[in-house]
Amino acid sequence: MSILFKGRQQGASSKKVGPLQRLFMFFTDHLRQAVNSLGELYRAPFASLMTIGVLGFSLTLPSTLYILVKNTEQISAQWQQASEISLFLHSNVSEANAQQLMTRLSVWDEIADLTFVPADEALEEFQRISGLGDALNYLNENPLPDVVLVVPTSKHATPTAAAKLLDKLRKEREVEIGKLDIEWLERLYALLDIAKELVYLLAVLLFFAVVLIIGNTIRLNILNRRSEILVMKLVGATDAFIQRPFLYTGFWFGLLGGVMAWLTVSIILWWIGMSLETFMQLYQVQLDITGMDLEAFGIMLALSIGLGLMGSMISVNRHVKEIEPE
Amino acid sequence: MIKFEQVSKTYPGGQNALSKVSFHVEQGEMAFLTGHSGAGKSTLLKLISIMERPTVGNVLINGHNLSNITRKQIAYIRRDIGMIFQSHQLLMDKSVFDNVSLPMVIEGHTRKTIAKRVDAALEMVGLKDKARNLPITLSGGEQQRVGIARAVVNRPPLLLADEPTGNLDPKLSMEIIRLFEDFNQAGVSVFIATHDLGLIARMKYRTLTLKQGRMITDGLSDSAEDGYL
Repeated sequence: MSILFKGRQQGASSKKVGPLQRLFMFFTDHLRQAVNSLGELYRAPFASLMTIGVLGFSLTLPSTLYILVKNTEQISAQWQQASEISLFLHSNVSEANAQQLMTRLSVWDEIADLTFVPADEALEEFQRISGLGDALNYLNENPLPDVVLVVPTSKHATPTAAAKLLDKLRKEREVEIGKLDIEWLERLYALLDIAKELVYLLAVLLFFAVVLIIGNTIRLNILNRRSEILVMKLVGATDAFIQRPFLYTGFWFGLLGGVMAWLTVSIILWWIGMSLETFMQLYQVQLDITGMDLEAFGIMLALSIGLGLMGSMISVNRHVKEIEPE
Repeated sequence: MIKFEQVSKTYPGGQNALSKVSFHVEQGEMAFLTGHSGAGKSTLLKLISIMERPTVGNVLINGHNLSNITRKQIAYIRRDIGMIFQSHQLLMDKSVFDNVSLPMVIEGHTRKTIAKRVDAALEMVGLKDKARNLPITLSGGEQQRVGIARAVVNRPPLLLADEPTGNLDPKLSMEIIRLFEDFNQAGVSVFIATHDLGLIARMKYRTLTLKQGRMITDGLSDSAEDGYL
C-alpha cells in the first residue's frame, strides 16, 4: 500500500488475487530465488566448492570423534558385564549364618550369580598363589574372612547401578566390607567423559569458525553485487527483499556442506572399521561401529544448514544496511 | 505535489548545500530545476528521494512530511517516485526486460502483469524490439530510455529526473523531453534537474534556479536565463 498516495494500489494487492493464489505466489517466488541462488553457486564452482569444503571438513572432525567416543562407550559396556562385587564377612559370622545370607541374597533381582568362598579355602588359595607356603602355618588362626562373590545382572552392572547395589549389600549385618572391582571401568568412564567434553569444545570452536567463514563469504558476495544492490534500493526494494538471495546462498552452503561432511565421516568410519576389526578380534569383542544412521544424517544436515543460515544472517544484517545510494 | 518549506542542508564539515529553499510544484505540473554544478540540484533531488535528510525545514510530498518517514518506509516511498539518473543506473548483466521489470518484481506482481506492463513501458519509449538485449549493446540514448521505462513501469504519480539528457546530443535530448511531456499529459507530475539551458529555453515551462544553495528565480524559462547569468 502506498504511504504517500492514498488509494494508489501497489503490488499483488492491485489485482484481484485470492489468498490461495497469493500463498502460491509466495512459494513460487521463494523457490525461484532459492534456485537462482543455487545457480549463482554453480556459476562460480571453484569458490563455492572451497566454502562447502571448509564447512564439510569442519563438521567432519567433531562428528567423527563424537561417533568414536559413543562407540567406545558401547564397547566398554560389553566388558563391564564381568564386574563383580566381593563381600568380606565379619569374622564372628558362623558358616550357618553365611549360608542364611546366601539364601537371602539369592532372591534379589539385581543379582545374577552368588559364590561362597569360606575362609579356609581362601587361605589355601592364598598359600598356593602367594608362595609364602609353610610360613602361613605359623599363624594361630586364619586371618582371612569368609567371602561372598556377587555378580550383578547386566542391567545393574553399570558403574552407578553397581555402586547402588554395593551400598545395599553393605547394609546386611554379616557384611564387614564390600568392594566393587570396576574402579578401572570408572576411570575409563571418567576419561571418556573428558574426551566427550573435548569433542564438544572442539565442535563449538569449529562451528564458530564455520559461521565466521560463511559470514565472510557472504560479505564478499554482497560487496561484489554492490552496484546491483544500489539500483535495487533506488527502485524501492526493501532490505528483506535484497537479503533473501544471500540467505538462500547460506542455506545452500549449509546443505551441501552437511552432505559433504556426512560422506566424509562415512568414509572415515569405514576406513577405521577395517583396521579396527583385526585388533578387536584379538580381544574377542564384537565391533560394529554404529551412529551413521538416518537420524545422524538428519542432525548433521540440520546443524550444517543452521550454521550456514546463521553466518549469512549475521553478514546480511550488517552489510546490506550499509549499502545506501548516495 | 512537492513542497519545500525553508529547507537547509549542511553536510558534515560545514558545507552549505542548500539554504532556506522554499517552493511548491503542483500536482500534474512539469517543472525544471537548473543551476551550475554544485549549486545544490542533486542535493535537492536527494532530499525528495530520501537519500539525504534536511538539516532544517520540511520536505512534503502530496502533503506528507518526509521527516515522519522511518528508515524502513523509505523503500515504499521510492516505489511512488519514478527516478531517472544521468548514469542510467542499469544492471549491465541483465536484459532490458529484466531491468525494466525490476520495480514490478520488487512489488511482487504476477508474472503475467509484469510481462504486460513491461511491454507497455518499452512500447512507450520505443524499445519494444530490444527487450532481450543487454543494455551494453544499446546506445546512450537508448539506455536512458530503458531507465525511463523502468521509472514509469509501475505508474508512479511523480517522476524525478537528474540530468536525464546529460550525455545526449540536442536532438536526442529533445526526444527524451518529449517523452516526459507525454507522461505529464497523462497526469504525472514531472520534476527535471538539468543544466542544459538551451533545452529549457526552447520550451515554456516553470524553471527553478539554484545558485550556491539558494533559490534565486522561480518562473517561466525565459526569465530564468537572466537570473542564471
